[in-house]
Amino acid sequence: MLLAMKIKAAITAAVLASPIALTVAPVAHPVDSAITEIAAKPFQYRLAGDFSRDGKPAPAPLREALLAASIKIMNRQVTAGEYARCADDGRCPKIPQASAMAERPMVGVSWRDATAYAEWMTNKTGVLHRLPTDEEWVFAAGQKVRDEALPLVDPVDPAQAWIARYEAEANRARPGALDPQPVGAFGRNENGLLDVGGNIWEWTNSCFLRMTLEPTGAARVTNTNCGVRVVQGAHRTYMTDFIRDPRTGGCAAGAPPANLGFRLVVEDKNWPALQRMIVATFTPG
Amino acid sequence: MITRRIALLGVAVAALVVAVPALAADDLNLPRQAVALVAPPFVHPHEQATKEGPKIIEFKLVITEKEVVIDEAGTKFQAMTFNGSMPGPLMVVHEGDYVEVTLVNPETNAMPHNIDFHAATGALGGGALTHVNPGEQVVLRWKATRTGTFIYHCAPEGMIPWHVVSGMHGTVMVLPRDGLKNREGKALRYDRLYYVGENDLYVPKDEKGKYKSYETVGESFADTTEVMRKLIPTHVVFNGKVGALTGKNAMTSKVGETVMIVHSQANRDSRPHLIGGHGDYVWETGKFVNPPEKDLETWFIRGGSAGAALYTFRQPGIYAYVNHNLIEAVELGATAHFKVEGKWNNDLMKQVQPPGPILPGKSSAADAVVKTR
Ligand SMILES: [Cu+2]
Repeated sequence: MLLAMKIKAAITAAVLASPIALTVAPVAHPVDSAITEIAAKPFQYRLAGDFSRDGKPAPAPLREALLAASIKIMNRQVTAGEYARCADDGRCPKIPQASAMAERPMVGVSWRDATAYAEWMTNKTGVLHRLPTDEEWVFAAGQKVRDEALPLVDPVDPAQAWIARYEAEANRARPGALDPQPVGAFGRNENGLLDVGGNIWEWTNSCFLRMTLEPTGAARVTNTNCGVRVVQGAHRTYMTDFIRDPRTGGCAAGAPPANLGFRLVVEDKNWPALQRMIVATFTPG
Repeated sequence: MITRRIALLGVAVAALVVAVPALAADDLNLPRQAVALVAPPFVHPHEQATKEGPKIIEFKLVITEKEVVIDEAGTKFQAMTFNGSMPGPLMVVHEGDYVEVTLVNPETNAMPHNIDFHAATGALGGGALTHVNPGEQVVLRWKATRTGTFIYHCAPEGMIPWHVVSGMHGTVMVLPRDGLKNREGKALRYDRLYYVGENDLYVPKDEKGKYKSYETVGESFADTTEVMRKLIPTHVVFNGKVGALTGKNAMTSKVGETVMIVHSQANRDSRPHLIGGHGDYVWETGKFVNPPEKDLETWFIRGGSAGAALYTFRQPGIYAYVNHNLIEAVELGATAHFKVEGKWNNDLMKQVQPPGPILPGKSSAADAVVKTR
């Protein structure tokens, strides 16, 4: 069971990682009031993961990106009540410390829980539901994205970067309330998305990648770890997929996310499988 | 539940039993020095060694019952404190000095309190002579006859553990008059001192598993006692709160600087460890007449004692100072950080090869086996 899950995760990752340029024709979609469609347009994207150049740590490249098609994404996070229906169906793990109020966003979910919910939604509706990739999340989050290039670790004196990173993390604004707030409490962004960068961080489907930057500027993946996923919110971070409470970070953590939740992307089932993979096309920058 | 009324009834009884003249004429012909206490992790200015003769050192402790927040989730806790901090302040004197403490229990409190100094001799460490009801104060003087770091704590009959795990402990450090020494008798000094007081907290939960909060400290008593009796703390914290000594409040130092860390735990065993560093000289039991142990990785603080460790930082960066029961450190809160400035020493540590693909034929265990055949 665990093995099967791993293989599946790796396959998903492989597909997501391969850049495919697409031309997309507009298709009719099932209407859901919680879904916002955002037309593709170029955006700035700082690659996620760990980068090196000539064996030395390098800053994550900032690229001009373009999704291959418009994206249909929930304008709010999945609520506790919605998740509870999946749990009642026996398709999502029951979470003991789940949010008390059904109409508020679900928190305390792992990537695995969120993925189980997406699969349940897919089966129930016949429309593919999945977590967004990091690129999709950044695109949809728009102005709410905090592009935070943390100082680089210099192998000759790694401590300076640790101290600078520690201070940067310590200086991050912390959300006033840690409990889930009513939907919309953290405002709406220019794409109509609610509560982006509030007190809930959101799981993405993107795996943790270690990459080498080639002289051409291309990023070559040297290690893919799909046991760790990119988590997005007031800052970007990386979390092991079974973690539900990000605050149990202790020793090295400066400022971990307050809560883990998620929102989903929907795709039309009658698209060919490959066309469903929305990818960013990168130009070296 | 202890109401104000019951507390006041106790006044009359206490007054009869403890018939001590409140302010007797001073029978000691010694110079006096009043010291203003400082909230942990800091300590009031003091000499590490002194050429002066013994003095009467005056301290004032004001007991404050108050609601505090003990974690980042905002869990509220009915605390009882000396001078408003958990732990109470560190008091530093020298061997032969007289410690004269004015213990004030303001009218605004609900509970009687007292103080037991582990460094003092007789009368339950002063506990039997210091019962004060709300609206009272008491002055106790005791002679510092032994050197070392010693706990003080509140110790009212029948409720000692509850007062202690509600925050009422601190530390007295009695320094040798000629300062600290190593095993060979060479003087040891510190550039900075940090006082880390550890508290185990027992916060009751409701049926849904949420932490309960109470209007007053008295109302929390029954439920808290029930949790205490199971001996499993819900929080183990340094300086009164999860994260009180991390981030912007991380302790600081620099390479080449010698730091003394005084660590107290009034109720439960702890095992401090500096991740990435050591204890150069450690008085594990905190008593300076015994030579310090050297080069420790982790030291043991017995519940009901305070210990002291000296360390000279040799490498810059972020250090975690933890209770090395790592479940308590990471899950329950017993983690502090040091931020140390300075220049990295590649001789002490160097990343020879950054993380990368596993290369065949290069320094892997499997290859080593092949080569030896
Ligand atoms: Cu007390």
